[in-house]
Amino acid sequence: MTGPTAPGELRLAVALDGCGWHPAAWREPDARPRELFSGRYWTELVQEAERGRLDFVTIEDTLALQSSRYDGPDGRVDQVRGRLDAVLVAARAAPRTRAIGLVPTVVVTHTEPFHVAKAVATLDHVSSGRAGVRVRVRAGRDEAAHFGRRDLPPARPADLFDEAADYVEVMRRLWDSWEDDAEIRDVATGRFIDRDKLHHIDFAGRWFSVRGPSIVPRPPQGQPLVTALAHAAVPYRFAAGSVDLVHVTPRDAADAARILRDLRAEQAAAGRLAESLRVFADLVVFLDDAEGRAAARRARLDELAGREFRSDAAVFAGTPAGLADVLEEWAGAGIDGFQLRPAGVPTDLTAITRGLVPELRRRGLVPPEYGAGTLRGLLGFPRAANRYAAAPPEPAAT
Amino acid sequence: MSSPTRQIHLAAHFPGVNNTTVWSDPRSGSHIAFESFVHFARTAERAKFDFLFLAEGLRLREQRGRIHDLDVVGRPDTFTVLAALAAVTDRLGLAGTINSTFNEPYEVARQFASLDHLSDGRAAWNVVTSWDAFTGENFRRGGFLAEEQRYERAELFLRTASELFDSWRGDEIVADKESGVFLADAKAGAFEHHDAHFDISGQFTVPRSPQGRPVIFQAGDSDAGREFAARSADAIFSRHSTFDAGQAFHADVKRRLARYGRAPEDLLVLPAATFVLGDTDAQARERAEEVRRQQVSGATAIQFLEQVWNRDLGDHDPDGPLPEVDPQPGENTVAQGRASVRMYEDRLATARRWREIAEAGKLTTRELVIEVSGRQAFVGSPATVADTINRFVQARAADGFILVPHITPAGLDEFADTVVPLLQERGVFRADYTGTTLRDHLGLAPVPGWPVHAV
Repeated sequence: MTGPTAPGELRLAVALDGCGWHPAAWREPDARPRELFSGRYWTELVQEAERGRLDFVTIEDTLALQSSRYDGPDGRVDQVRGRLDAVLVAARAAPRTRAIGLVPTVVVTHTEPFHVAKAVATLDHVSSGRAGVRVRVRAGRDEAAHFGRRDLPPARPADLFDEAADYVEVMRRLWDSWEDDAEIRDVATGRFIDRDKLHHIDFAGRWFSVRGPSIVPRPPQGQPLVTALAHAAVPYRFAAGSVDLVHVTPRDAADAARILRDLRAEQAAAGRLAESLRVFADLVVFLDDAEGRAAARRARLDELAGREFRSDAAVFAGTPAGLADVLEEWAGAGIDGFQLRPAGVPTDLTAITRGLVPELRRRGLVPPEYGAGTLRGLLGFPRAANRYAAAPPEPAAT
Repeated sequence: MSSPTRQIHLAAHFPGVNNTTVWSDPRSGSHIAFESFVHFARTAERAKFDFLFLAEGLRLREQRGRIHDLDVVGRPDTFTVLAALAAVTDRLGLAGTINSTFNEPYEVARQFASLDHLSDGRAAWNVVTSWDAFTGENFRRGGFLAEEQRYERAELFLRTASELFDSWRGDEIVADKESGVFLADAKAGAFEHHDAHFDISGQFTVPRSPQGRPVIFQAGDSDAGREFAARSADAIFSRHSTFDAGQAFHADVKRRLARYGRAPEDLLVLPAATFVLGDTDAQARERAEEVRRQQVSGATAIQFLEQVWNRDLGDHDPDGPLPEVDPQPGENTVAQGRASVRMYEDRLATARRWREIAEAGKLTTRELVIEVSGRQAFVGSPATVADTINRFVQARAADGFILVPHITPAGLDEFADTVVPLLQERGVFRADYTGTTLRDHLGLAPVPGWPVHAV
């Protein structure tokens, strides 16, 4: 499978969530649980990721309190609870960073595609082309009750992914609804825009209709990056048809190869070229330079949490060099890049930026500097083409 | 003076998408690029303004079925820009319009509480409502709201959002690493709200923010709008920027407060105000005339006329007299996505008045539109404008002003450099910020703590 940039190079991202992905990570001596709701905290984490030349960060979000259950609050008081809006966290970090991609999570099941499309387009303007959005489907009754607009779960969970596909389609159309050169400022005729270069999108689907155009001019990347996390056939089909980058959770290299086969088959069925979709593997990481210390920390955190840590993603505990071996092996199976979920922040985040990244650089697997100005560019994508740019002008309505 | 000197509040309105904004001027910069917002915000903060304000529109305006192209078109998302500005300013309040018709309370409360955290207590929300099916075409909800329900929905929306803001008391997060207790209360954020518009329950995700709730603005001018403000808002974004109308409006809304157990200082009246400065009053008047001509091109004059005449006047000569044909009565079908068309509901009477003005002054269509379509509120030398603003505030025609420059992004610079120092010298405007939150700047009492305020 074709890699995104130079042969043998892999891409790296981190997923930021609270004090890290282990539920007891907030109790570590260097954790800052009381600062979780400040702009400074998130800005500093993104800046650390940028110092390590990571391609992007994702910021976790849902529309409900964190819970160990899928269908509502778990009533626990021994883990981090409470969260800020991820798009606004990304926007707060944007002016304080210069090159790293910013990918907030957005729940599509309950939000308006028009609002989210303009927010992500604006994040792209504010960050000069570094925005993405991770779209997330949520079937829980608790989130539905926060909105009071629909009863969940529906008869077919697949409906929620079909709705997500419509949602992504609407966002992409809205991003294209202004052509790049629509603003003309023609003083002679008094016209600020060439309105033939603005387009109604006229999307009409099963769940919603959106007229358009967007109120925000076309974002710098044309279309910000769209990503999703997928674990099974239905979300694979959604991802293969709709997103630019999919996060998957293989157990090992062989599992990665199997997932890639499934995804590529869905992509072919959707009529998309293989190189239009990047596949990232997610791993939770406990890192330490000293052999055995990461595993010991994991055991200590498990003891604090009162149970063994489990995750949808593979869990790695070891040295940065050991992790580099794993990443290299999985990349050999065709994985384009990795999203690491630091078990504890800042410990495992700085182990990634200051331990793993230099190790990968020594092996020639990651570039030393940011080469591209945009997030799409970092991932080897061209600027998105505009579906409307070649269209004939809209006739004037009478 | 026997009564104590009143302190002036000043805010800066980022230039918007009506013809107040002059985009044809060579100094006019981008309305989208973040650098424009940074420049504008830093000027306002350098001048110690109370806050910066962003307006919102959720559908591009159309005239005769085509997208309106004569004014600035397009603007960024309000929340996203305000959160990014929180990173490049330290004290300036960050206010934005967010619609209560095409949003849900849970999501908006989450966004404002997040913005208040991310800005360390500087968020403000101008609660607006709309009813039109035209805007609704961009949303899942569609244009479902009957016009007479819009204040009802706005009130209930704000009440619901306030319950969500108050759902965390502020002392739940203990984060005691030793004992392993993160939350003191497993029910933190629990809420339940059932009324005709909102039927929701669960747990809110954002802990209590620095201001408790964002500062609440209200902009409507109708009786229902004033009542809504008197009951629920911290400030009114008014359009009464002339002295007599300002005094009458100020007295009217302050009088309404007692009914809700509120004191006059609990609600600020802040009219929007345009301005033009010059070295002398005469020079400022000359510049103001020039700005008016820039704001009303021939094409803009025709479009303005069409909003009142409610018919296609595309062939009418803006440099000739007003059209002989009378306005078309009935529902306005020409201009969509504008609040201003409602101001001309009696079109025949408006046209009659305009004809009289045009005949008396021998005005062309364009000159007439320049004459009737709103003049700058403050025109003069820095000393004149400073004295005028101060006179308005001391005489209770306003508690301060939301200034609307006509050039992006540098249209506030001259005011900051010349008028603000004079107000500071007179001791009527702060020389520096004395507090950290927007509520501090506005002199508003802290939001009462838990339990939830009685409604």
